[in-house]
Amino acid sequence: MTTAGNDRMTATTASPSTDVTIATPWRVRLMPYMLLAPAVLVTVFIVFFPMVQALATSFYDLILWRPNASRFVGFGNYVKLFADPVFWTALGNTAIWIGLTVPLQMGLGLVTALLLNREFPWRGLARGLIIIPWALPSVVIALMWRWIYDPNTGILNDILIYLSVVQSAVPWLADPDLALYAIIATLTWQGFPFFAVMILAGLQGIPKSHYEAASIDGASTWRQFVHITLPGIAPVLATAGLLRVIWVANSMDVIFVMTGGGPGYATHTLPLYAFVRARQNLDFGYGTTIAVTFTILLGAVVALYLARTMREVER
Amino acid sequence: MNKPSTFRRIITTDLPVLIIVLFAMAPFAWMVLTSLTPTKALNATGVSISPAGWSLDNYVRLLQQTSFLDNMLDSLIIACGTMALGLAVAVTAAYAFSRFRFGGRKLLMLQFLLINMFPIVLLILPLFVLMRKVGLLDTHFGLILANATVAIPFAVWMLTSYVGAIPKSLDEAAMIDGCSRLTALRRIVLPLMLPGIISTGIYIFITAWNEYLYALTLGGRNVRPVTVAIQTLIGEYQIEWGLLAAGAVVGAMPATILFLLVQRRLIGGMTQGAVKG
Repeated sequence: MTTAGNDRMTATTASPSTDVTIATPWRVRLMPYMLLAPAVLVTVFIVFFPMVQALATSFYDLILWRPNASRFVGFGNYVKLFADPVFWTALGNTAIWIGLTVPLQMGLGLVTALLLNREFPWRGLARGLIIIPWALPSVVIALMWRWIYDPNTGILNDILIYLSVVQSAVPWLADPDLALYAIIATLTWQGFPFFAVMILAGLQGIPKSHYEAASIDGASTWRQFVHITLPGIAPVLATAGLLRVIWVANSMDVIFVMTGGGPGYATHTLPLYAFVRARQNLDFGYGTTIAVTFTILLGAVVALYLARTMREVER
Repeated sequence: MNKPSTFRRIITTDLPVLIIVLFAMAPFAWMVLTSLTPTKALNATGVSISPAGWSLDNYVRLLQQTSFLDNMLDSLIIACGTMALGLAVAVTAAYAFSRFRFGGRKLLMLQFLLINMFPIVLLILPLFVLMRKVGLLDTHFGLILANATVAIPFAVWMLTSYVGAIPKSLDEAAMIDGCSRLTALRRIVLPLMLPGIISTGIYIFITAWNEYLYALTLGGRNVRPVTVAIQTLIGEYQIEWGLLAAGAVVGAMPATILFLLVQRRLIGGMTQGAVKG
């Protein structure tokens, strides 16, 4: 940044040489900003302006169908939020939601990637088919799994009863103790292909010679995995993991369609609570407060990810 | 001599892979089977596994009795609009990021990365209020703008890595030959970027087509994309799983087919974009 500033200084001081050379450097200097202007302007209007608006709204008591009764309450919404038991339930659920979904996706993705990295005839086909869950619309995924989990006619209960794992049909999504885990299973299914392709790309970057050298030295497969494979894919795991924490934390469409946050508040996560609150009661002031609080909490993870990615861009 | 090793491979590789593929495919396959079973049979005996019990009954009902084709058109307009808007502003931005070093470059790149991390719920609520004020609620343009919040930052990053892979010497040579910057961009870089532009565009199309929360909140009455329409297929008294499944299969088809067509290139670009920045 300082160098760019200095450049500009030298350009201005050097300007009184000839007319031609002044015109070109300035045009060249402005060029990148002109090229960026459309993208930046559009995002300012559709992202940053609404965000500022959201931040402001969170200080108001605003019910959308009573716009005239809107009044400034300062940190009132935030005070109310910390005294709200549903907020703490939703926060706990969000922690379980992220803490289970991401490791499960990563574990299953790692196994898949290791298998797909081996040589077998239908490898390309397998790779293509495994990604399918990722390409499906989340509303289709949610409805599909509702049908699978259905207590009366769902296939899951049929299979489990046939195998004598359970004695009677389990109401997966209607049981407050099970619902969150049932949805976590769905999201694991949806997200593991992402990890699989990312990790596979990492695996293919590890030179084969490392494994050859290790097996000549007599290292077992497990030792090769721990000392060559894991360090080789560690950067990918970290980046993909952080990225996924952010996505999983934000994603609420699957929960919304599967249970709508119920039964009771059993499957409320923070973003869902904000959305439901604003949607059902049109209580935009309070809903936005929840959303802002959630964003700040997520900010720590985002900062980590940004620091990682920008370090790569530094070059 | 070859046999034992082939057998070993099948046990340790092919079989586990087959299990994972089945796990990944089974739910959607089940959905397809459900959609092929007529509602009466579905209620009486459950999903029909054998082709003897299949019919296109649900699909016929879907196309004749519901407005599903109109909803597909809404989705198509929104997805194409988002793609056009996203690409139009991202191409020049990506060129600027990869070819120039200027004050604020890092900050601006960071900005685009940051946008993608924002919770959608934080944007959805103020966008609803703002669009209600300016009358953009329930219009195609409103939903295109909303989807662009995701599409633009993604396209900028994806295309920046594509342009970065095109040697600088090419446009420098063109400029020495007397082309201006913009001519060099249009005549030299753009054609070479085309594969990147196509796969980025297709990815935007897929995400916009699959998007649900914006569509539900900012659209819904006049403009009702398939993702919202599928949910309305749920019957009044009991869930019509057959019809719903048919809607889900048809609604998921365009994005899934596109995805399978370009997946190799797409994954290459995405993993590169995510790993290398």
